[in-house]
Amino acid sequence: MQSPRTPQNSVYTVSRLTADIKSLIEERFPFVWITGEISNFSVPLSGHFYFTLKDDRAQISAVMFRGQNKNLKFMPEDGLSVTGLGRLSVYEPRGSYQIIFELLEPKGVGALQIAFEQLKARLSEQGLFDDKHKKPLPFLPRKIAVVTSPSGAAVQDIIHIAVRRFDTIQLFIIPVQVQGAKAEIEIADALDWLNTLDDIDVAIVARGGGSIEDLQAFNSELVARAIFNSTIPVVSAVGHETDFTIADFVADLRAPTPSAAAELVIPVKQDLFRQCLRFKNSLNVGIYNYIEKRLLAVRELSKRLADPRRGLQDMRLRVDDLTARYLRATHNFLRLRHERLHWLNERFYTHIPLTHIKKLNEKLHVLNNNILNLFKIYIKSKNFNLSEVMIKLETLNPQAILSRGYSITRTIPDAKVVKSAGSVQIGQNLEILLAKGALTCQVGGKSTDGEKNI
Amino acid sequence: MAKKTFEQSMKQLEQIVQELESGDLPLEKALKKFEEGIQLSQSCTEMLDKTEKKISLLLKDPDGKPLESPFKTTEASSDAVEAGDD
Repeated sequence: MQSPRTPQNSVYTVSRLTADIKSLIEERFPFVWITGEISNFSVPLSGHFYFTLKDDRAQISAVMFRGQNKNLKFMPEDGLSVTGLGRLSVYEPRGSYQIIFELLEPKGVGALQIAFEQLKARLSEQGLFDDKHKKPLPFLPRKIAVVTSPSGAAVQDIIHIAVRRFDTIQLFIIPVQVQGAKAEIEIADALDWLNTLDDIDVAIVARGGGSIEDLQAFNSELVARAIFNSTIPVVSAVGHETDFTIADFVADLRAPTPSAAAELVIPVKQDLFRQCLRFKNSLNVGIYNYIEKRLLAVRELSKRLADPRRGLQDMRLRVDDLTARYLRATHNFLRLRHERLHWLNERFYTHIPLTHIKKLNEKLHVLNNNILNLFKIYIKSKNFNLSEVMIKLETLNPQAILSRGYSITRTIPDAKVVKSAGSVQIGQNLEILLAKGALTCQVGGKSTDGEKNI
Repeated sequence: MAKKTFEQSMKQLEQIVQELESGDLPLEKALKKFEEGIQLSQSCTEMLDKTEKKISLLLKDPDGKPLESPFKTTEASSDAVEAGDD
């Protein structure tokens, strides 16, 4: 009691104390199962449930948040005794503590619910619910085993649906008790036994709706393991749509109701007939189309297979045509050459040099003759001229003139012939040439008009 | 062919139809497939036809052998089961 008052230990702040209490409580009670009676139940707009859980001597505040309470299968109300799983929490601002519920069940099922959750968790951990273990259902089961009570509504529902969908289906009802102490053993035995038979294609484990106690057999580990070990696919159809049992989790398929199980397992016979018929029609149409397609292909190919004779004819015509054209062309070619040769020949002969030379020779001869004649004439004429000139020349000889009494007067010493009296001076000496000899004279007088002076 | 389940037969039939519709098969194979398909469709129909209605209780005899006995339904179905326990 008389503890030393060391400041750091003994004086708490409110926050610190509350925080310590919080961690203490929350660590000590992470999850607790608790049972009690509900009072002051209220649901504000947030949708969370707030209430007080109490028994005859104590009470505790309780909350169930919306995320959890929406899964509840009942609506809590004041006065209701419940069992739930929750964790303790301290709300520091108010210094209050409360329990936050994860699960809540009406009282009485609490123990079973706990067992259920525990078994579920354990089997889940062991992989019994894993999808990889789920076996597919047969498309059309030859024999269907129904493990159920022969007197319940479930079996009648199944038979009803089965007959409606497939009137000649084979159903084997394995009668078992579905509730009570022996139920789980009978169900598990029935499943084990079915697996020793070799002609059952699928098994339905069924039971109508009931309370959690009623469904207890389907929440037993024995049944769960029997379903898990079955090599025959097992469909569970226990209770109503909202009831989930361990059997549902282990089964290869969970049907919400027995009727639904029958629908899942049994196809509609008429559908199968129709499908079969449709395939048959498709087959017929298919083979018809197949043949038709190939017939068309054959026809198409046949068309392209032309008569070789026609080709031959074409070729023959072509050869004829080409031959004709060839001949015509050759003929024209030869004719053209021929004509050209002819023309060249003519030109050649008309211009042949022999005749030309002959003509030139003749011309030359004529010219020669002409030249000779002309030359003779020319010579003759020249000869005549010469004699004439010679006569003239004779007459022009100054000696001859002198001899006829004329004389020539010339200046001395420059021997210029004097033809005019004006050209000489009085007293000038002149030479007078006579036919025989010459005289030297001196000019004694002169007159310009010659006649008078002579 | 005898041991095939209905589902296997139907699957095979469907496959044959598809193969035939694709038109890629050589003629002889196509005809063979067609015959096979017709047989399959017959056997499927037979399988559906020949199922005998049987709703019975399956019990274990002392040796663990299955023991069948007629099952009484409350259905007013026309078959086998005696009427009138309403």
